[in-house]
Amino acid sequence: MVDNKQQWKAWLYLAPAIVLLLLFTVWPIINTVRMAFLEGYGNLSSLNADKTFEFGIENFEKVVKYKKFTTCLKNTCLLCVLTVPISTLLALVIAVCLNSIKPFSRLLQTIYFLPYVTNSIAIGMVFASMFNIIGGADISKAVSIGIVNNVIEFFGGERIAWISTGSSYSANIAVMVIYIVWNALPFKILILLGGLQSVNKQYYDAAKIDGTSKWRVFWRITVPLLSPMIAYVLITGFIGGFKEYTATVGVFGEKMGPADDPGRLNTMVGFIYKQLEGDHQGLASAASLILFGIILVITLINLKISSKKVQY
Amino acid sequence: MAKKLAPQQTLNTTMVEKDMKDVVSTEKVMKVIRTICVYLFLGFMALIILFPFYWMINSSLKTLEEYKWQVPSFVPKTIVWGNYKEAFKAGNLAVLFVNTLYVGIVSTVLSLVITVLSAFAFARLEFKGKNALFAALLATMMIPGELFTITNYITVSKLGWTTGDTGTYAVLIIPFLVSVFYIYLLRQNFLQIPNELYLAAKVDGTSDIKYLWKVMIPLSLPTLISITILKMMGAWNSYIWPKLVAKDTAHTLISSGLRNAFTDANNDTNYPVQMAAVALVSLPLFLVFVFLRKYIMKGVSRSGIKG
Repeated sequence: MVDNKQQWKAWLYLAPAIVLLLLFTVWPIINTVRMAFLEGYGNLSSLNADKTFEFGIENFEKVVKYKKFTTCLKNTCLLCVLTVPISTLLALVIAVCLNSIKPFSRLLQTIYFLPYVTNSIAIGMVFASMFNIIGGADISKAVSIGIVNNVIEFFGGERIAWISTGSSYSANIAVMVIYIVWNALPFKILILLGGLQSVNKQYYDAAKIDGTSKWRVFWRITVPLLSPMIAYVLITGFIGGFKEYTATVGVFGEKMGPADDPGRLNTMVGFIYKQLEGDHQGLASAASLILFGIILVITLINLKISSKKVQY
Repeated sequence: MAKKLAPQQTLNTTMVEKDMKDVVSTEKVMKVIRTICVYLFLGFMALIILFPFYWMINSSLKTLEEYKWQVPSFVPKTIVWGNYKEAFKAGNLAVLFVNTLYVGIVSTVLSLVITVLSAFAFARLEFKGKNALFAALLATMMIPGELFTITNYITVSKLGWTTGDTGTYAVLIIPFLVSVFYIYLLRQNFLQIPNELYLAAKVDGTSDIKYLWKVMIPLSLPTLISITILKMMGAWNSYIWPKLVAKDTAHTLISSGLRNAFTDANNDTNYPVQMAAVALVSLPLFLVFVFLRKYIMKGVSRSGIKG
């Protein structure tokens, strides 16, 4: 009796969650796969009763051959490969430094966490204003060259068109890398510092008695003991990196590129939304399944490597 | 022999002692140098982290003309508070703030109710297929949200939710009410509360809801606060979905309203006003951070999700 009552109650309590999940999570999974394999599927054109869509992999072929998509894939991969190692290494160094000091440690921790509680569109606009050149395509005659260029010229360097008309692809990517690393540091520092603080001090004492050098201690003790946390920030970093979109919108606006070459810095997620707005749900679904595949593969590779290397 | 050795031995020991002293003092010097380097590095990085915030405030208080100076001023020469007023008006920020707050509060409250009920069912009640269902829920966390968005956009259009007042708010709120991750987080917390308390309450004839309200919720308040903050920050920072479903400024949220608000038809941007708007959007997040730092950092270190 009691058992039956509990069953009934449990499903009652779970009902709101299950109904919403069926509608907004389970159905989308099924439908996205369906649309991805219906050639040339579009939602508006599907309303037309005469229109039928053939089953096939044309959407995938089209997406992969589409130059806009390969650009997006290249941009996303490039940003991932550059930002994840840089931010992880920098966060590791900062965390180790923070862990070795006492005075001001809490104040510095708070400062380093600040970029986390920001709106990535809003702060992206601030970065844009720091790098932007105002007044003229000819940068030697520009009215205002942005604070970053001011600093470069102060140290005797030459001004660079970072994000404005006529800027180079590598300059654009550099700005994005700086912004994404700045944005990604807080989370990584938080996790790594938490890991460091839970490391058993005995290992370090033993190393001290043996007279092991600091450098050796870092690579032989700190890094191995931290490896679960490092693996964690790497996985979340890569997953987040492949879903990058709003940071680029923040810096470059919805054009996703400098004014003279819109779309140059578009990302995978940006591509999916572009197709969605153009009623190409089939292509969007195919692209999102490809994105899912990439994320899945990275996660599996990471798990495989970390199960071998990670020491608990 | 013994007499001969003795002075040598003392000599040896003093030399060793002297060496030791040297070693200790060089080690001390090295340590001081290392500490100074560490502080210099940390201080430099802190400056880099803080600089954009400083530049945002600095720029937001300048006149447009001063903003465009060849060599920028590090403190505005004439402070223009009017930029903030202008930003509020030009960016339609009042409407965006109210919309975001409304969507944030409603979705947080509803989401908390759903999360608490589900977490309770998973943590305390026995039913067929419990473990399988829980595993299936966790599996959905692997899938990127973009995959859902495509179909959800079609679904809400078919339901006719993309037009009208209530419809647009519903569409901004309902698809994101259930977060598997929050259910997971709260279930873990509920599991730590001894089951005997529940059984005792049952014997006393306390209803589930009363037990939840009087025991479970107070005991897991920190987790609930973390969820609330992350959910509110999520509404504040959500960009893609509002942009898709709420195209008019009257219904859109702050992030998607912000990006293009300050560029006029000639593609001329009033930068100081834009920066003032950016500062206004950032301010609530800072206040939340200052007062609720502990909960945010706790929630973040367990979740790894942004907003």
